[in-house]
Amino acid sequence: MTSPALGTSSSNSDKSSAIAELLQETFALTRRLFLQLQRRPSTLVAGVLQPLIWLVLFGALFSRAPEGLLPGGMSYGRFLGAGVIVFTAFSAALNAGLPVMFDREFGFLNRLLVAPLRSRSSIVLASVIYITTLSLVQSLAIMVTASLLGYGWPGAAGLLLVMVTLLLLVFAVTALSLGLAFALPGHIELIAVIFVANLPLLFASTALAPLSFMPPWLGWLASLNPLTFAIEPIRAAYAGPLDLSSVLLEAPYGSVTGTNCLLVLTLLTAALFLLIRPLLNRKLA
Amino acid sequence: MSLLELDQLEKSYGTVSALSGLSLSVPSGCLYGLLGPNGAGKTTALRILATLLAPDQGRVVVAGVDALQEPRTVRQLMGYVAQEVAIDKILTGRELLALQGDLYHLPRQDRNNRIDQLVDRMSMGDWIDRRCGTYSGGMRRRLDLACGLLHQPQLLVLDEPTVGLDIESRAVIWEVLRDLRDQGTTILLSSHYLEEVEALADRMAIIDAGRVIAEGTPEVLKQQLGGDRVTLRVREFSDQPEAERVCQLLEVVDGVRRIVINRAQGYSLNLVVDGEHVLATMKQQLASEALEVFSLSQSRPSLDDVYLQATGRTLMDAELAVAGQRDPKQERRQSMR
Repeated sequence: MTSPALGTSSSNSDKSSAIAELLQETFALTRRLFLQLQRRPSTLVAGVLQPLIWLVLFGALFSRAPEGLLPGGMSYGRFLGAGVIVFTAFSAALNAGLPVMFDREFGFLNRLLVAPLRSRSSIVLASVIYITTLSLVQSLAIMVTASLLGYGWPGAAGLLLVMVTLLLLVFAVTALSLGLAFALPGHIELIAVIFVANLPLLFASTALAPLSFMPPWLGWLASLNPLTFAIEPIRAAYAGPLDLSSVLLEAPYGSVTGTNCLLVLTLLTAALFLLIRPLLNRKLA
Repeated sequence: MSLLELDQLEKSYGTVSALSGLSLSVPSGCLYGLLGPNGAGKTTALRILATLLAPDQGRVVVAGVDALQEPRTVRQLMGYVAQEVAIDKILTGRELLALQGDLYHLPRQDRNNRIDQLVDRMSMGDWIDRRCGTYSGGMRRRLDLACGLLHQPQLLVLDEPTVGLDIESRAVIWEVLRDLRDQGTTILLSSHYLEEVEALADRMAIIDAGRVIAEGTPEVLKQQLGGDRVTLRVREFSDQPEAERVCQLLEVVDGVRRIVINRAQGYSLNLVVDGEHVLATMKQQLASEALEVFSLSQSRPSLDDVYLQATGRTLMDAELAVAGQRDPKQERRQSMR
């Protein structure tokens, strides 16, 4: 029996149309997420508002910290800025799994899986595009606000470094969150994990205080915390001329340069994507 | 020639067996009904067919394509309308259809034309640009059917398409399904409504405990069961000898399958006959012995009789039996990836 649908699908199997199909489905899935955001912007607003409150309140709380307390004699607001920028991107990316989890629970994912998607990676890809854009926009909003508060602005090269660093962190955290969205049984569990992970990771990093402030055990935690590896290059980008080979962190295990930080983030991202791949393959098979 | 073949499907969830050797063959261009009580395995079978679930054993072939080997091709050939309507409440109906069109890789212009056609055909024009969150159950189901039809599939699979629907939406859906069948689309629908299968299906299978226990056209199934039911009296109150005499007379008539003397109803005769044509011969036979017909009533066996015959219980009893055993939480988990 010859069928028109069969005919098209076999003649479509050349490479260029495969890419066109992949783009079409990824674009459609991404568009859906942005339409949701546009019509329910509370995620976007809350995602900017919360770090802003951190920035203003925490900044004020320690604004009278004795001078010379912080490395390089910088003001606390300026010190905190880098931490809050990273925290913004981190929190946004940590929520990446939520829309996917809701799609799983409400059966919308099944609608996608019944369709002849060219590759089911497009479902994951759409989430990554969406959450990356969202978290970068939120981080930029915080950066602009921080500069209006007088906490400085990185130069062009500095801005590039900030973006690259955030991108690496967002990829890593998004991978983790998407993995959790497929591994956990429901959104209650996912929200619980997000809730528990969020603040301790912030406190056990150099976002709010330098390593020299911390008791040794916390110093160890902070210098293993991925957030620290994102915070330090950004703080350096704000501090002055860019030098990735300079030592940014005197960790208990040794000196960490800017290049080291980026390398760690890259490896982490790669490792997490490799880690969740079998899970996604199984769940989306 | 059959468009769809399910061959010896086996599936269990843990220790609970959902399908135990289910086989089915759906001819091309046929509207095929899958009848069975809740919990019989209908949804599991359709989910396997929709490539959402892998069977433990067995084969699924759609238009000659093995669904387990080439799921993507089969997805392209098939429209699947699930039982639980999953709709994005934030999108409008039109946006959802557009998304669906892109997932099936329709060119933009074709996609939009096709959406306009379907909006028109399913009378969705008044509300298609409102957000899905505001839709009633009937609107959602119509939209979902439109989603399944968007890419003009050869095979349309519907899981309980009208369960819990208002009469108007049900009528629209039935009409669309009949039209589609007339235009050559093969349709497989599951239902636990006898009247739905009776009204729509060209062929049907009765499923019980994960197996097909009867298969054929509704007409043949009912005929196989025992033709027409006839109740005959030659007098208002007859007696045993007279009833036996009539019995002997009619036993030899061609097309009479069974006669029972019903003592409880004044020695009336309950007959099973092949069809209406037998009645005339019966009357002739009675007239030859100068017997008149005092009353005669005739009824066709219903699908419920068919179900009863095949399973030993009525559909209603079967539904009640499983109603208490179902665990919605467990079932949701099974349908989740």
